[in-house]
Amino acid sequence: MTDTKAPIIQIRNVSKRFGKVTAVDNISLDILAGEFFVLLGPSGCGKTTLLRMIAGFEMPTEGQIIIDGQDMSLVPPNKRPVNMVFQSYAVFPHMNVTDNVGYGLRIAGVGKNEIKDRVAEALELVKLGGFEDRMPDQMSGGQRQRVALARSLVMRPKVLLLDEPLSALDAKLRAQMQFELSDLQDKVGITFVTVTHDQDEALSMASRVAVINKGEVAQLAAPSDLYEYPANRFVADFVGSVNIFEGKLTLDEPDKAAVDCPGLGKVYLNHGVTGPHGADVWVALRPEKIYLHVPGEGKAIRAAAQDAPDGHNLARGTIKGMSYLGDITLYEIQLEGGQIIRVSRPNLSRHDQEDFTWDDKVSMHWRADSPVVLLS
Amino acid sequence: MAGALQDWKSQKKPFAAIASVPIFWLAIFFVAPMAIVWLYSFGQNAGPADIEISGTLENYKRATEWLYLSIFLKSLAVAALTTLICLIIGFPVAMAITFAAPKWRPWLLLGIMLPFWTNLLIRTYALMALMGTNGYMNKGLGGLWEGASWLRTLVGMQPLEAWTPVQLLYNNFAVVLGLVYVHLPFMVLPLYSALDRLDKSLIEASLDLGAGHFKTFMQIVVPLAAPGIVAGVMITLIPALGAYLTPDLMGGTDSQMIANVIERQFKRANDWPFGAALSFLLIYAMFILIALQSMKTSKTKEVR
Amino acid sequence: MALFRSTPIAPLEYTRKLWMRSWVGLTMLFLYAPLLVLMIFSFNDSKRNVVWKGFTLKYYEKALNNDSLVEALVNSLTIAFLATVISLIIGALAAVMLWRFRFPFKGLVEGTMSLPIIVPEICLGVAFLIFFAKVDWPTDLPWPLNLSAITIAHITFCFPFVAMVVRARLASFNKEEEEAAKDLGATEWQAFRDVLLPHIKPGLVAGALLAFTLSLDDFVITFFTSGPDTITFPVKVYSMVRFSVTPEVNAASTILILLTVILTFIALKLQGVKGIAETH
Repeated sequence: MTDTKAPIIQIRNVSKRFGKVTAVDNISLDILAGEFFVLLGPSGCGKTTLLRMIAGFEMPTEGQIIIDGQDMSLVPPNKRPVNMVFQSYAVFPHMNVTDNVGYGLRIAGVGKNEIKDRVAEALELVKLGGFEDRMPDQMSGGQRQRVALARSLVMRPKVLLLDEPLSALDAKLRAQMQFELSDLQDKVGITFVTVTHDQDEALSMASRVAVINKGEVAQLAAPSDLYEYPANRFVADFVGSVNIFEGKLTLDEPDKAAVDCPGLGKVYLNHGVTGPHGADVWVALRPEKIYLHVPGEGKAIRAAAQDAPDGHNLARGTIKGMSYLGDITLYEIQLEGGQIIRVSRPNLSRHDQEDFTWDDKVSMHWRADSPVVLLS
Repeated sequence: MAGALQDWKSQKKPFAAIASVPIFWLAIFFVAPMAIVWLYSFGQNAGPADIEISGTLENYKRATEWLYLSIFLKSLAVAALTTLICLIIGFPVAMAITFAAPKWRPWLLLGIMLPFWTNLLIRTYALMALMGTNGYMNKGLGGLWEGASWLRTLVGMQPLEAWTPVQLLYNNFAVVLGLVYVHLPFMVLPLYSALDRLDKSLIEASLDLGAGHFKTFMQIVVPLAAPGIVAGVMITLIPALGAYLTPDLMGGTDSQMIANVIERQFKRANDWPFGAALSFLLIYAMFILIALQSMKTSKTKEVR
Repeated sequence: MALFRSTPIAPLEYTRKLWMRSWVGLTMLFLYAPLLVLMIFSFNDSKRNVVWKGFTLKYYEKALNNDSLVEALVNSLTIAFLATVISLIIGALAAVMLWRFRFPFKGLVEGTMSLPIIVPEICLGVAFLIFFAKVDWPTDLPWPLNLSAITIAHITFCFPFVAMVVRARLASFNKEEEEAAKDLGATEWQAFRDVLLPHIKPGLVAGALLAFTLSLDDFVITFFTSGPDTITFPVKVYSMVRFSVTPEVNAASTILILLTVILTFIALKLQGVKGIAETH
């Protein structure tokens, strides 16, 4: 087995330009052996281009891609120790499942018996035993994807690349495949690099996520860090749902900080702001980290917000919209300053959603460890 | 897809208004003439301008004599060779168009199509002018010859004899070249449309799994483009088999194809019944080719 | 080398590969060189096609003063125009008929209609020769009626092409659009005029161009249906080429090639490069 923690793929100052369009702009990152790495970003951000450059289908305009210590600049895709699962699956329509999965081994000149064994093993792995003689057009999208997976895994690549692996599946199947992919990666121990635009997918499967925006890495972090400590407004907004307010830093100490946001009020944090910054910052607050109260529960609010100085981390507003989503209810509340803030509330008991309704005046508070200060 | 068809009975008036003209035209100006030819093929000359339809099979018997059969076979061979050359030249061109940058693709297609829109006779004539004994092709060959001769003197050998223009025209080579020249666009367009429909990630998947370009081409591109290849072959083979103008203008005395023989029966030999029989044999040959094609396509469908 | 450092060729960038480029280049050379040489030497002040002796328009003058050549060109254009208009109507009707209705022997009608496309030109030419002889089609009519036999023959092999192109276009028509128009109060005719016709217009344009080109291009069928007074341009050129190669033919051919190019560019203006590519 390859040594974990060592980088298996090193991307060094890679740029890719198509004519005047820059798809990938000077990206450098390391992908470690054995990890489940996800490239996350909106469509057109360059993530697929980056993946295709690792596979060898696009050539970097500048920079270098090193796989397992070897510079890939002049290595064609058929000689690279990586395999890819395509977004369209690209299962060969004129071959049955066995021939599809055995294709790469046949090309490599592996013996007949070994091919048979390895194909059977791979099909077992993706739970497609019994489908050996099926033609692709007799299979569902999910099954075809398993064929594509088996076809790549059977090659025992150092890295498996997956381009939007779940985008063509329906919601239920997608959730199931998320688990199965993580499980599979555990079992085979191969490094997975996945491209997706779906943040749920990224958060649930990845060991680390690189959020890509406009060809650049916006943040590279573990899923929970990405969500709880977004590095900038783009990441905060793209990963999950968030309320962002502009403000001025009024207190800036290593272990605490306060921001005065004209739209929201005074925000207090029980941790310091890191990184070079001026006074102009943004505060991000996740909807589920805000508590709703009926006005007049003054004492309760004050008790709840006691981790902040008086008058901090409190807001008032009027409910202007709500949507009941079953597990939670989402409220759109107009703050006294006129801005809209989104708050979600779990429906812990059956009638919780009846507590608040349109045009109700409400108070809100949040804990001092909830807001995040964003510098860009 | 576009909704159910309407039954003609429920819409008799609109149906009559729409259908009568095309059906009548087809019946009078296509079916009737073809039927007359068919009847004539069972007839014999009964006078200088009179043909008696006697039900004789004599014309067909004569058509299967070796003299005519060999011309038939030769036409088939020439058409097949033309098709093969068109396929070999056309496939890389179709590939190049398919994978060209989007802004170039339409112009490349136009480049292939423009000759196809240009008058056949003019194109043939232009090619003939180039291939004549004083044409540029001879000049080019002469240049090569002299170059070779000069190279020989460099290594101390005797120079070659002086270049004498060769007769490039009026032989079988000229006929095949002419047919290729005329039919190449016919081959490229269906190939292109088949390749264009091909999911490019299938090619990438094959490369990704370790196959080189040649193996990918043979195992993925060719099988999946097969319908386009068959279409291109048919669309080239059929007109090439019935070609009249190219062998007539560019061929020699021994490069007559079946269409020239048919023409002779009508314009010179004045043996219409025999010409009619030959025409129908040619038509039957087309039918056989088309039947083979549809059999092949239905077979591939079954396998799928 | 380093001066022109460019991105390495990606696997599917076949068009960037040198051998592929040369292949396409040579093919284009093969397709265009004869035509270009012919066009260039139509301005050459020499009888031969090889050596450039100086620019002249005398062959154009000669060609335009050659009454029978001009007459042939006028005949060809007249036939092409008439054949285009009539095959457009018949072809569109045929396409709508096949697209819209279910009727007995539909398969037979459809198959028969595709035959003029498949049957070799020589056979079709022969059939018309026999047919017009058999029905004693009058040959001494005044112009342009004397062109009727050729025009009829041209319509017969042009309209199935028009039908094919229009039908392909009809297949992409969403019948709900027509129903929506009727739902909004349009009559059958108004729905046809306002919804269906605009939809099939590109097909009609493509069909018309195809018919015009096919008619103008046709030699074999015309060769069998034309009489001594009804020479078309290809037939005239044919006889000129057969008996003597004259630079006049170069000049006349150049005129026709330019006509084709102009037509193509009109088509381009109407439909865009992509549209043209798609209809073929």
